[in-house]
Amino acid sequence: MRQALRICRKEFNAYFLSPIAYIVIAMFLLVTGWFFFSTFFLFNQASLRAFFAMLPTVFAFVVPALTMRLLAEEFNIGSYETLLTLPVGFADVILGKFLACVAFIAAMLVPTLAYPITVAMLGSLDWGPVAGGYLGALLLGAAFSAVGLFASSLTRNQIVAFIVGAAICFTLTLISQMLFFLPRNLLQVFSALAADVHFRTIARGIIDTRNLVYFASVIFIGLYATNLVLKARH
Amino acid sequence: MIHIEGLTKYFGDVCAVDGISLIARQGEILGLLGPNGAGKTTTLRMLTGFLRPTAGSIRVKEHRIEEQPLAIKAMLGYLPESAPLYHDMLVYDYLRYVAAIRGVAPDRRSERIRGLGDLCGINEVMHQTISALSKGYKQRVGLAHAMMADPDVLVLDEPTSGLDPNQIVEIREIIKRIGREKTVIFSTHILSEAEATCDRVAIIHRGKIVADSKTAELKERLGGGSRILITLDQADAAQVSRELGVLAGVARLEVLEQEGPLVRIAIICTPAPDPRPELYRRIKQTDWVLLDFHQDTQSLEAVFRELTKES
Repeated sequence: MRQALRICRKEFNAYFLSPIAYIVIAMFLLVTGWFFFSTFFLFNQASLRAFFAMLPTVFAFVVPALTMRLLAEEFNIGSYETLLTLPVGFADVILGKFLACVAFIAAMLVPTLAYPITVAMLGSLDWGPVAGGYLGALLLGAAFSAVGLFASSLTRNQIVAFIVGAAICFTLTLISQMLFFLPRNLLQVFSALAADVHFRTIARGIIDTRNLVYFASVIFIGLYATNLVLKARH
Repeated sequence: MIHIEGLTKYFGDVCAVDGISLIARQGEILGLLGPNGAGKTTTLRMLTGFLRPTAGSIRVKEHRIEEQPLAIKAMLGYLPESAPLYHDMLVYDYLRYVAAIRGVAPDRRSERIRGLGDLCGINEVMHQTISALSKGYKQRVGLAHAMMADPDVLVLDEPTSGLDPNQIVEIREIIKRIGREKTVIFSTHILSEAEATCDRVAIIHRGKIVADSKTAELKERLGGGSRILITLDQADAAQVSRELGVLAGVARLEVLEQEGPLVRIAIICTPAPDPRPELYRRIKQTDWVLLDFHQDTQSLEAVFRELTKES
């Protein structure tokens, strides 16, 4: 576990060594800021619902952009060989990189705290859903990170990793809305798989075990699949 | 120290390493020699735990690689071919990261990095990004990375490839210095390098070991004895062959060149007795003029070519 934290620290710092971090953070703030505040005054409501509502879609693109380099770049430049011959196990490598990405997402969300603060100054803001929203955002980010890391483990090409990761995350987000033509009971099964549905529940301020279990499952499956891919490469 | 037995690796249907057995003792420099694609890198990758063997066992001290890969990785320092390091990092930051992962105590890290900087001659590039380094410096940073935790075994994959002659000599010196106390295994396809640096040489060809012995012994055993080159003036090739071919210690006699009265011959000797005194006496009795008489010891190069010839 200590090795995982060391890798995590190195990976987290690595984000800021390349322009990726600055570009992604800027894009994220620009997109969410514009879409949130452009309609905010029309609703005349002191809530962040519109901000959280678009997070799953935005994350489906932003998070794979953060995870794409994590393993694909190592395979490409060959540093994976130096990494794996250090005294670390597969679990250390995977957990370290995963945690670094989650930490980065948390850092990326920090500037958006300006939104609830601004809104609270304009009207009476209910802080419960806001707290739930940020917790949900972190869980959602973590789940997508695990998926993105898996996509990154499949290839040595970062662009391929990004497209595969974004495709899976996007499908997970919108699966319930894409399949509206299915019969009702079948649709219920798929909406249980939809990240969007689970996220919205938490973002309303309701912390339900089902939603937590969902995100924990996605994280576990993503990381475990990555583990299998790395072992197969071994 | 290191026991490798029956090591085999298949990539799909392709057999890269085919039942290699090797032993490396402490304080020994072992060179893995072979043409391109012989399986040197694959062997080293299995030893360092990067690839899993299809069959066979690897033991370092009392640890087996399939049971305690982390214990073995902790004892091993590895420099992969062409030193693949993180491009974006500063050399110093990279070495600090390796020091942390390698478990160097926090208060000793700066000291250790400075020591390695002196040893590998990288102090002046400590604050450059790795991508800005020349190949030679990158190689040295890789060497510092491999030696970070003062490992018992140093594994180097073609450590001198792409370096200039001065750097090659420096790296060889470093390898020799480390090899006095530790075990060093390195691969190369440069024969003079193996000859100059290694205590023992194992030649790999098509995934198999075709020779494994002390550098000096190998030359002796496989060189088929030495060769004597003689140039004579005022002589006749047929007569020379007749006269000298029958002497004790001469296995074979080849006429290399006949140009008028000038004859160049090569005498392939049997291991014993030494035919030189007898050759000299016989030539002295004739009217031939002796222009050149020298022994040509078979270099490792000849041995290597002999063993790895495409059959």
